[in-house]
Amino acid sequence: MADVVVERGRVARAAGARRGSSLRNALGRKSTVAFFLTLPLILLIALLVLYPAFYSVHLATLNKSMTKFVGFGNFTFLFKRETFWMVVQQSCIFAITAVIFKALIGFIVAHFVHNIPAKGQRKWRGMLLVPWVIPPAMSTLAWLWLFDPSYSAFNYTLSFFGVGPIPWLGDTFWARFSVILVNIWYGAPFFMIMYLAALKSVPDQLYEAAAIDGANWWQRIWYVTLPMMRNIIAITTLFSLIVTFANFDIVRILTSGGPLDTTHLFATWAFQVGIQSSDIPLGACVSLFMVPILAVAAIFILRDVNKRGNEA
Amino acid sequence: MSRKTLTRRQFVAATAMSSAALITAPYVRGAYAAGKLSIGFWDHWVPGANKASTDLVNEWAAKEKVEVSIDYITSNNKKIELTAAAEAQAKSGHDILQMPSWWPQAYAENLEPLNDVVEPLLKQNGEVNGTVKYLGNSGGKWLAVPATPGSQIKGPCSRIDLMKQHAGIDVQEMYPAGSPPKADNWTMETFLKAAEACQKAGFAFGIGLGETTDSVDTAGAIFQSFGAELVNAKGDITVKTDQVRQAMEFYKKLIAFLPPDAPSWDDASNNKWLISGRGAMILNPPSAWAVAKRDAPQVAEQCWTHGFPSGPKGRFAPYLPYFWGVWSFGKNKEAAKSLLVHLSAPSSIEKFVAVSGGYDLPAYANMTKFKTWAEEGPPKGTLYHYPDPHKHQTLSIAASPAPPKIAQQIYFQATLTKMALRYARGETLEQALAWAEGECEGFMRS
Repeated sequence: MADVVVERGRVARAAGARRGSSLRNALGRKSTVAFFLTLPLILLIALLVLYPAFYSVHLATLNKSMTKFVGFGNFTFLFKRETFWMVVQQSCIFAITAVIFKALIGFIVAHFVHNIPAKGQRKWRGMLLVPWVIPPAMSTLAWLWLFDPSYSAFNYTLSFFGVGPIPWLGDTFWARFSVILVNIWYGAPFFMIMYLAALKSVPDQLYEAAAIDGANWWQRIWYVTLPMMRNIIAITTLFSLIVTFANFDIVRILTSGGPLDTTHLFATWAFQVGIQSSDIPLGACVSLFMVPILAVAAIFILRDVNKRGNEA
Repeated sequence: MSRKTLTRRQFVAATAMSSAALITAPYVRGAYAAGKLSIGFWDHWVPGANKASTDLVNEWAAKEKVEVSIDYITSNNKKIELTAAAEAQAKSGHDILQMPSWWPQAYAENLEPLNDVVEPLLKQNGEVNGTVKYLGNSGGKWLAVPATPGSQIKGPCSRIDLMKQHAGIDVQEMYPAGSPPKADNWTMETFLKAAEACQKAGFAFGIGLGETTDSVDTAGAIFQSFGAELVNAKGDITVKTDQVRQAMEFYKKLIAFLPPDAPSWDDASNNKWLISGRGAMILNPPSAWAVAKRDAPQVAEQCWTHGFPSGPKGRFAPYLPYFWGVWSFGKNKEAAKSLLVHLSAPSSIEKFVAVSGGYDLPAYANMTKFKTWAEEGPPKGTLYHYPDPHKHQTLSIAASPAPPKIAQQIYFQATLTKMALRYARGETLEQALAWAEGECEGFMRS
């Protein structure tokens, strides 16, 4: 029995020593240190992102006066609304068209800037980033004046060529064109700077090898540049798709969703329904509809990035 | 036998009780005692008008020994609505919050009943119109006090010269300064003919067809003058009626004479239209005229604010009142009520009107003949008929008399302007009505 006690004491001491050293090891591990360093940010995100997200899910399950749990009642109600489906369609048109053009313009301009000699390149980079660094609410106000029904600078200029006046914000086609145009103007510099960074990381030897193989300009882009930029293109597109889909300020300032609701996006319609019409649960429900659509896009794009990452 | 010594236990108890009394004192006192009061006022767009509110509050605070803090909240981009929504959700915020028209009804459950404030005010200042009762009273409970700052009528502001020249209408003769209107012939038919004549002459009426309040308010008054209601007072959908059809026919004719980009107009567009000299009339409070006085004096001196044309069911003018509400979760309700009584005194109301250059309209019947409206100019007397001193028209709000929580949605979803625009843009009347009926069905959620 005494032996056993001694043995137990030894085992206990050894276990205590192991525990102490494993705690020291754990604390000494880089990943643990990294976790503690990021903890404040994680807490901040939990407070400012996760809590509101779960709260909006909770709101979306209440009735209009927020006194009763209705489950998916608000969602099924929305499915029957003609305006809701119009908003879904418009959000897709807006986001997809704007992202395609932003990517295209960003790609082309990045090439131009890349080919400018290093000495003058910084100035061009700075100037081209201006639309992206101005707060969008301010720059959109300037666009509003350009499109203004009474004082449109565009219509004034066009009148010298015998064209117009164009109802920039009063006609469905032109109103959609205008909000997409402003979004492209604002977002293209982001694509440009990302693509420029990617272009700079493509090794020159690849182009030299392609040139020796007799590749022309188009073949160099198709077989060298694009494959080397694929991950950046995918990530940038995903990021921009999310931001564009959730856009609020441009539409709110330029058209408020009009004419006849034909420029409403999820965010602007959610605001109109939730805040202006005092139906907060339905507004929360509208804004939550962005989540599954963006989640599907994110899964497809990130899966592709992972696949290529593994191949590499 | 009286004890003269104080034990340690008694001393501690007495100290604790006096500390508790001191800490809680500001929240348990009567109206005329100290404490803190937090106020959220609408940020007035007339320069200097906020000062009137600040001065009146400070005057009251000094007398009542209350510590006050005022936030002026802009109505741009619905900041007041956002503040109200956030405070109602958080059950915390200002003690008094100034709210636009529909908000007292929207937050009825969170507002302190103010019958003890409003009923004596009605005796003192005169009755309020039906729209104020519709928006501020629910089942006999006054949800908020009618506020003078921000309350407005959106009646016609006409160009004297252009209306005379192109439409043959002398608006000054029809609405003479200092006298009752002689406007029996000022009907929807005359209005339509004038709109056509002015449009042909290149000075179209500046009436928006957008989704913001100016466009909706105009549509509301026109629909009401035809007796057209999308939802009646009982909450029944009444879209497919002859009255609504008549109003739609009228609107379609009117739209043909409005600027082609009117569907994209916001609340600033009609002001710009008048100030730029391109329009013979807009439907707006005198803010456009006030800006024209500064930026385009030659336009301002030709402006005359007057009454709305009458339709088959009467003469209705768009009226948009503001309210002061007291949250039921507020910490100093008694002081809040006392301040609201002070802000609603005749002398305070006269001050609000004078400082805002006649823009602010009191809701009370006895408060429509201040000298500000008679004397403001140029031209002198241009605002005389703005507060409707001769009770010439019914002051109404679009989408009434539907139950307020349904009407609010009809109003903010701009159902009236949208259905009129759909019809004017090629949908058949029945298609436009069916669309509006579907929308109203969606607004019935409770």
